[in-house]
Amino acid sequence: MHRYIGIDIGSTTIKIIILDESNRIIYKHYSWHNTMVRDAAKSLFLDLRDILEGKKLKLAITGSAGLGLSKDAGFEFVQEVFATRISVETFLDNIDAVIELGGEDAKILFLTGGTEERMNGSCAGGTGAFIDQMASLLNVSLEELDTLSENHEKIYNIASRCGVFAKSDIQPLLNQGAKKTDIAASIYQAIVDQTITGLAQGRQLKGRIAFLGGPLTFQKGLRKRFIESMNLDTEHAIFPENGEYYVALGAALYSKNLSFINYKDILYGFTRAQNVRYSVHSMPPLFESQEEYKVFLEKHKKDKIKYLNISDYEGDAYLGIDAGSTTIKLVLITPEGDILYKFYQSNYGEPIPLFKKHLKKIHKLCGDRIRIRSSASTGYGEELIKNAFHLDGNIIETVAHYFAARFYEPHVDFILDIGGQDIKCFKIRNNAVDTIMLNEACSSGCGSFIETYAHALGYSVEDFAKLGLFAKQPVNLGSRCTVFMNSSIKQAQKDGADISDIAAGLAVSIVKNALYKVIRVSSPDELGEHIVVQGGTFLNDCILRSFELETEKKVTRPPIAGLMGAFGAALYAKSLHKDESSMLGLTELENFTHKARAAQCKICTNNCKLTINVFSNSEKYISGNRCERALGSKERSNLPNAYQYKLERLSKYKPVKNAPLGRIGIPMGLNMYENLPFWHTLLSEVGFEVVNSGISTREVYTKGQHTIPSDTVCYPAKLMHGHIEVLLEQGIDNIFYPCMSYNFDEKSGDNCYNCPVVAYYPELLKANVSALNNANFYYPYFSLFNRKEFTKRISSYFNNLFSIPGKLTKKAVQKAYMEYLRYKNDIIEYGQKAIKYANDNNLNILVLTGRPYHIDPGINHGIDQLINNLGMVVISEDCISHLERKQKIQVLNQWTYHARLYNAAKYVTKHNNMQLVQLVSFGCGLDAITSDEVRDILEAGNKLYTQIKIDEISNLGAAKIRLRSLIAAISF
Amino acid sequence: MKIFKRTKIKKYSKDGRILFTKEMKKEYTILIPMMLPIHFKFMKNILVKHGYKAELLNTSHSRIIEEGLQNVHNDTCYPALLVIGQLLDAIKSRKYDEDKLALIITQTGGGCRASNYIYLLRKALKKNKLEHIPVISFNLNGMEKNPGFMIRPSLLVQFVYATLYGDILMLLSNQVRPYEINPGETDRIVDKWVIKLSNELNGKSFFSKRNIKRNMEQIAADFAHIPVKKVDKIQVGIVGEIYMKYSPLGKNSLEELLAQEDAEVHIPGLMDFIIYTCDNRITDTKLYGINIIASFLAALLKNYLIRMQNMLIDAVKTQYIFKAPSSFDHIKSLVKGYIGTGVKMGEGWLLTAEMLELINSGIENIICTQPFGCLPNHISGKGMIRKIKERHQNANIVAIDYDSGATKINQENRIKLMLSTARLNLLKAADDSEAFLDNAQTR
Repeated sequence: MHRYIGIDIGSTTIKIIILDESNRIIYKHYSWHNTMVRDAAKSLFLDLRDILEGKKLKLAITGSAGLGLSKDAGFEFVQEVFATRISVETFLDNIDAVIELGGEDAKILFLTGGTEERMNGSCAGGTGAFIDQMASLLNVSLEELDTLSENHEKIYNIASRCGVFAKSDIQPLLNQGAKKTDIAASIYQAIVDQTITGLAQGRQLKGRIAFLGGPLTFQKGLRKRFIESMNLDTEHAIFPENGEYYVALGAALYSKNLSFINYKDILYGFTRAQNVRYSVHSMPPLFESQEEYKVFLEKHKKDKIKYLNISDYEGDAYLGIDAGSTTIKLVLITPEGDILYKFYQSNYGEPIPLFKKHLKKIHKLCGDRIRIRSSASTGYGEELIKNAFHLDGNIIETVAHYFAARFYEPHVDFILDIGGQDIKCFKIRNNAVDTIMLNEACSSGCGSFIETYAHALGYSVEDFAKLGLFAKQPVNLGSRCTVFMNSSIKQAQKDGADISDIAAGLAVSIVKNALYKVIRVSSPDELGEHIVVQGGTFLNDCILRSFELETEKKVTRPPIAGLMGAFGAALYAKSLHKDESSMLGLTELENFTHKARAAQCKICTNNCKLTINVFSNSEKYISGNRCERALGSKERSNLPNAYQYKLERLSKYKPVKNAPLGRIGIPMGLNMYENLPFWHTLLSEVGFEVVNSGISTREVYTKGQHTIPSDTVCYPAKLMHGHIEVLLEQGIDNIFYPCMSYNFDEKSGDNCYNCPVVAYYPELLKANVSALNNANFYYPYFSLFNRKEFTKRISSYFNNLFSIPGKLTKKAVQKAYMEYLRYKNDIIEYGQKAIKYANDNNLNILVLTGRPYHIDPGINHGIDQLINNLGMVVISEDCISHLERKQKIQVLNQWTYHARLYNAAKYVTKHNNMQLVQLVSFGCGLDAITSDEVRDILEAGNKLYTQIKIDEISNLGAAKIRLRSLIAAISF
Repeated sequence: MKIFKRTKIKKYSKDGRILFTKEMKKEYTILIPMMLPIHFKFMKNILVKHGYKAELLNTSHSRIIEEGLQNVHNDTCYPALLVIGQLLDAIKSRKYDEDKLALIITQTGGGCRASNYIYLLRKALKKNKLEHIPVISFNLNGMEKNPGFMIRPSLLVQFVYATLYGDILMLLSNQVRPYEINPGETDRIVDKWVIKLSNELNGKSFFSKRNIKRNMEQIAADFAHIPVKKVDKIQVGIVGEIYMKYSPLGKNSLEELLAQEDAEVHIPGLMDFIIYTCDNRITDTKLYGINIIASFLAALLKNYLIRMQNMLIDAVKTQYIFKAPSSFDHIKSLVKGYIGTGVKMGEGWLLTAEMLELINSGIENIICTQPFGCLPNHISGKGMIRKIKERHQNANIVAIDYDSGATKINQENRIKLMLSTARLNLLKAADDSEAFLDNAQTR
C-alpha cells in the first residue's frame, strides 16, 4: 500500500493531506502552528504512526514557511501556487481561474487563455493575516466577524492596499460610531477589491472561478462579497469541498514523481530540521545585566505623582477624557493635579458604553463631596464624546499632550508620544508648540501592533514587555511598517529566534520608526535638552530603553505616560474656569442611550459617508462630514478657496457641439488638470468636440481598477484607468492623452521635467487597458515649452492624422497658448483677491500646496473645504509661486511642479498670516525629496511644516488632527 | 589648529559646493560605492593609474542599511539608501583619515529621482557634520566640475574599455559557471583577466583596437576551454533598475539563490545602458527639436560605442557555444508596439527592450528587480509585463521589490514560483511534461 503525503505550511497554519493510490483522501489535518513550524510538523507526524508506519510513502512540502524546513529536513519542496495548479487540474473540471487566499499571500492562477500565476506584491493586503488583524481590531473572533458581516446595511470604502492603511480607515469609523456589522462586510469588500486590483492586474477574471484557501473556505461573508462583486452565479463560482487543503493536495500529487521513503525517514528528517538553528540578524541586548536594569528603574522612579483616595477627598475636581483610536482614557484630578480616579483600557470599537459605565461610577464615587466643575475631551473621538455626554470643552490632542508634559517637566522642549495608532512629536519653543510631526499611515499602528501581537501569543502587554528586557539577541525587524515587521517576525521565528528576542526587537523597530521615519532625526541633539516621552507604548521599559540607547539622551517618562492626553484635557477643563460642569448627571446617564446609523450626504460630489449618532432624547451628532451643509447649514463656507475656483474654472471648458471632426476624449487626471485649457482650446479650434471625463469619484476608480499593473503607484495615476473607462463608456473612441517628458518652463528650476509617472502614464494605459485596442488612443510625445518646435510638430501630426490644414493648427496653437496663460493668470488674480480678502478680514491664509491634480475632489477628499470650515482662506501654490525667484535648494530643482512648491514656501515665510500645508500622494517618490526641502525652507523662515499624505483613504480624521494642530500652534 | 589647516586647501564652487582640488588628488582617498563587481574593479584600477588614490567598497554588512535608514528619507529609493549608507559606513569605520577623504558617485541627470542621489549624499554628509568631505560627480554631461578631477579623453576611453571588458567577463562567466566541472575555475579565469588587463593599463597597447579585439577573443577562448558538463538548466534573466540588477548588496544575493536552484543567469551588459543614455539625447531632439548640439555629440559617441560593442559581439561569436548579446539597434527595434522610445527616465524603454531581447534569445524566465516604489519601473517594468506576456505566451516574468523592510522569504517564494513554472516549461520543451502531469493525476 502506498501513501502520498502533502504538507502545506503557510505563514500561520499547517495542513496535511494523505492520499491513497486512487487519489482518495484518507487523512487530513488543519491546525495553527504559532510559527513553531518545525516542532509542529514533527509532533503532527508522531501522531500519524498508525496510519503511516510500514507503508511505502512519498512526501512533498509546500508553503512559504515550508521552504526552510524542507531544505533542512531533506524533503522535496514544491512551490504552493504550482501545487495548487496540479490539484485543481486533477480534481476540478473546466476551471478558468483560481483565487487562493492564504495567511500572508494571495494568489491568482489563470488556467485558460494563457496560463499565468500571480502572487501579491510587497504589501500583504487582502490576506488572512489582514483579516486576523482586522478581527482583533474589532475585538471579535473570526467566526463572529463572519456572522457580523451577514447583517450589514452598507459598505464603507476601506483602503485595501494593506493592513495599516485599512486600520487607518477603520479606526475613525469605529470612533465615529459606525456599526461593526457594516465594518465587517467592508473589510471583506476591501479584500475583494485588493484581489482584483493587486492580483488580477489588468487581466479580467472570466468564466468558472475556483475559490481556495482557509479564509475563503471558512468565511462565508467573504465568499459572498466575491460573488456579488464579480457578478458570479453558482455555475461560475466554485467553492470545492476541502478548499483549504488544495495546496496540500497538490503537494501530495506532486510527490508521486518522487522516490519512496518510509515513516522513520520522515521522522528523522523532521528531527534533523528541528535541530538546525539559523543566525538571525540581531542587535545588542537592551540590558546586559539585572544591575543595569535596576539603575535604569531607579532613574525613572515614579515620583511627583500623587494619588488621592476618591472616597476621602472633598472639594473640586476636573475630568479629562481621551477618546483615542484604540483606547479610552479618563482621569479625574484635583485643582493641584493630583489624581482621584483614572482608567485606561482598550475601546473594543465601542467607546461610548464604556465611558457611560465609568462616568456613572465616578458620579457615584463623588457623591456630594466632590464637585466636578468642568470636563473636557481630546483624541480621535473628542467631538463624539463631548456631544454624547455634554462635556464642557474639547481640545486638540497635540495641545492636550503639551499641557500634560509641561506639568511634569516645565522646561520641556521636546515631546514624543507613541500611542496605539499614532506617533506624535512636538518641539516646544517659547512655551508654545512649535513643530509638530505626526506619522503618516505607513508608520501608524505601531503601539497597538505590540498589543495585538502579545495577545495573539497569549501574553498580557506587561508580561510581553518584560520578556524583551534581557533578550540576548534582539532581532532586527526593520522599520518600514507593521505589515513588513509582521512578516519579518514570522521569518525570524522560522529561523529559530526566541520570543524574547522578538519582544526586544519590536521595541527597537518602533523606536527607529519614530526616530528615522517620523521625526527624521539625524543627530540626537536635534531633539532638545528636556525630552518628555509618553503615550501608553512608552510604559514598556523595552521601548524606553531602546529610545535611550538609540539617542543617548536623558529623558523624562511621566508616571502616567499612558494617560497624558486625558490629563492634559483635565488641565484644559480646569483652565475653562467653569463653576458647574454641563456634563450629564447620574440620572441622565441612567437614561442615556446611543444609536448609530450610517448615511450618505448627497449635497455635493464629496458624498461624505456620514454617521448619525442619536443619543437619548433624540439629540443628534453627525460625523464624517467635511462641510457644515451636512449638518443642515444651507451655505458652504464662503471663504475664498482657490481649489474650488480652479475646479469651477476648468469646468467651463465645455464641448463644442456638432464639431466637424467629431468627438475626442481627454482623460481628466494628472497633468491634464493643468493642461486642459491648452488641449481643450487646441483641439476645439481645429474642429473637435472635446469631451473630458470629469472629476474622480470612487466609482470612477472602481471602473478601472482591474487594469492597474502596479499597486504601489500613486492614487492619482491609478485613477487614470477609470477615466479611460468613463470615456469609452460614453462611446468616445478617439482619446487624446500625450506623453510629456517636459512641462512648461517657468524658469523657476534648473529644468522643467514632469515626474516619470506623469510623463509616461499614457504608455502604461495603452499597454494595460485592453479596451483601448478597439479605440483610437492618441498618445504622441510633445513638449510645450518650446513653442516654435511644438507648433511645427503638432501641425504635421494633425495634418497626417486628420488632414487638418497647417494654417488652422497654427492659429489654434496660438489660441491654446493664450488660453493657457489666461487660465494661469486667472488663478494668480484669484489668489491676489483671496489674499486681500484675508488681509481685510483679518483671516489666516492656508497655502494648500501639491500638484495640479490635487484639486480633484476625488483625490483631496474635500480637504480644502475642511480648511475653509476651520476658518482659513485657501489658496494654492500656483497663486503665489511666480512672486518668488528661483530658489536655491539642496537638491536638484528639476521638476516644474515642484519648483512651485519651493517658491510658494519661500513666499509664505515672508507673510505673517500665511501657513503652508503640503499634500503628498502615497507612493510619490519625488515628494520623498521635495518634502524635506519645503520643510527646510519653511523652518528657516520660522514657519511650521505640515504634510498631509493622501490616498484612497477617504477618511479625513488624521488630516483634521494635523490641521487643527497647526491652527492651535499658530494661535498660541 | 586642525581646522585652520583643513581650510587652507579647501576651495568652493560658485554655488558653495566643496571642490575636489588638484592638491587633493595626491593625498585624498576616493571612496567608490559598489555596483558592478567586475566593472568597478577595472574602473578603480584605472583611477589609480591616473594618479588617484581610490578604493572600491566591498562591504555588505547590516550597518550599511542602518546608516542609510538614519540618513536618507526612508521613502527615497532603496539604491540611494544603500549607496549613501555604504559610503557613510565606510567613513565612520575609521579605516580612513576623515580629513583626507573624498567620495565619488555617478550622476545621470534626467527626470528620475536618481539624479538626486549626489544631493542626498551631500545632505547626509551635512547631517553628520561631514560636509568637509568633497563629493565628486561622475558624469558625462558636464555637470559639477572639479579642478582635481577632470575626465580626460584618455580616462574616458579607458572607462569605455573597462565597460567592454567588464561586460564580456560578466556575460561569459555567467554562461560557463553553472556548468563548470571544477568548481571555482570560471571565477579564477575572471580574476586572471582582471589582473592582466589592469596591468595593461599603463602600456600603449591598451588603447590599440587590435589589442582589444585580441584580448576579447582570447577571453572568449579561455572561457570556452573551461571543462563543462552540458546539461539542460533553467535560464533566468535578471533585468530591472540598474543598481538592483547589478549590485549584490541590493538584491539579497539573488545570483547565489539562483545558482543553488541550478539556474543559469543572464544579466544584460552595462554598455547597453550607456548607449541608451546617449540615444536619449538624440531621441529628445527628434521628438522635441531641442538640444541639437548635444544630440550631435551624443550621436558621435553613440556610434563609437556601438562599434565597440560590435567588437564584443564578434569576439563572443568566435566561440559558437556562447550566446552572443544583440546589438543595441536590434534591442531598440524590439520595443516597437510595446513602449515608445521617448520613455527615457530611469532605465526607460531599455528595460522593456531587455526583457524582450531575453525572450527572443530563448530566455523566457525573467526576474524584474526594482526598489520598492520605483517610479520609472511602474511604467517600463511592471507596466509592460502584461503586454509582453500577451504576445509571448511562455514568458515567465516575476517582478520583485527590494527594500530594507521586505522579507527575504517572501521574495524567495515568488522567485520559486517563477522557477517552478520555468522547470515545467523546460520539461514541456523536452516533451516530458504531459507524462509528468499524467503521472501526478493517475498513478
